[in-house]
Amino acid sequence: MGFPDRIERTVEVAHQPAAVWAALTTAEGLSAWFGNEATIDLRPGGSARMSWENGFTVDMRVERVEEPTVFGFTWQVYGLPKDDPRRTYVEFTLEPVGSGTRLTVVESGFAQLPPDVYAPAYDGNTKGWASELGELVSYLDAA
Amino acid sequence: MPPDIESIAEQVFAALADPTRRAILAALAAEGPATATDLAGRLPITRQAIAKHLALLAEVGLVTAEPGERRRVRYRLHSAPMQAAQQFLAALARDWDRQLQALTAHLDRSAGTPVRDEAGGHHA
Repeated sequence: MGFPDRIERTVEVAHQPAAVWAALTTAEGLSAWFGNEATIDLRPGGSARMSWENGFTVDMRVERVEEPTVFGFTWQVYGLPKDDPRRTYVEFTLEPVGSGTRLTVVESGFAQLPPDVYAPAYDGNTKGWASELGELVSYLDAA
Repeated sequence: MPPDIESIAEQVFAALADPTRRAILAALAAEGPATATDLAGRLPITRQAIAKHLALLAEVGLVTAEPGERRRVRYRLHSAPMQAAQQFLAALARDWDRQLQALTAHLDRSAGTPVRDEAGGHHA
């Protein structure tokens, strides 16, 4: 069994890098092809969010902005809790080819899960829940 | 990637392949820690069979036994190994092919040009 850490895809589109860049990095562009609604603060460290009609939302953090060649962000891993620190990194690279653009997307970080996280993660969560529920009980008791 | 993560994922998938073990995990997830006897009362399986499955699940790390008298040991769900399996599933579920098709269609639409086949194909 191969355990994929990264996914890479390349597509050639008949549009210049500037048009592709706008589709990838503006709220208008992202909401047209990716999410149903999008917001983006286009600078390294800026936040972005996409949401879909089914109520699903994903939070992204912009990491690389090198117009019009590299756009990178991290986002949550689907299936993990929203506050889980593990995120995958997505990087789009745009390369002019004739009058069009070769667009490559690489998403990496799927295999991250350091062995030392294995036991502590469980213990931490168990204790975390115990203390969260304790706080809830105190809050309810006080009301 | 550390090899033990892959072996954890492999054990998780093998454990989840059995419907009885899935039912036990679902019961523990829904209703919290339980003894083999509790589970036998809720599921259409004998206590002996449940004890056998719980032992296997404990070996994989999907449940942990709380300290207690032997027949009254409560088992609780332990999600850490599941997260190793989840990383694998997340990679498979990320559908960039469909997204890139949507992007291409969007660019074609906004430029007012007819949709064309992209020369590069999807699988780089």
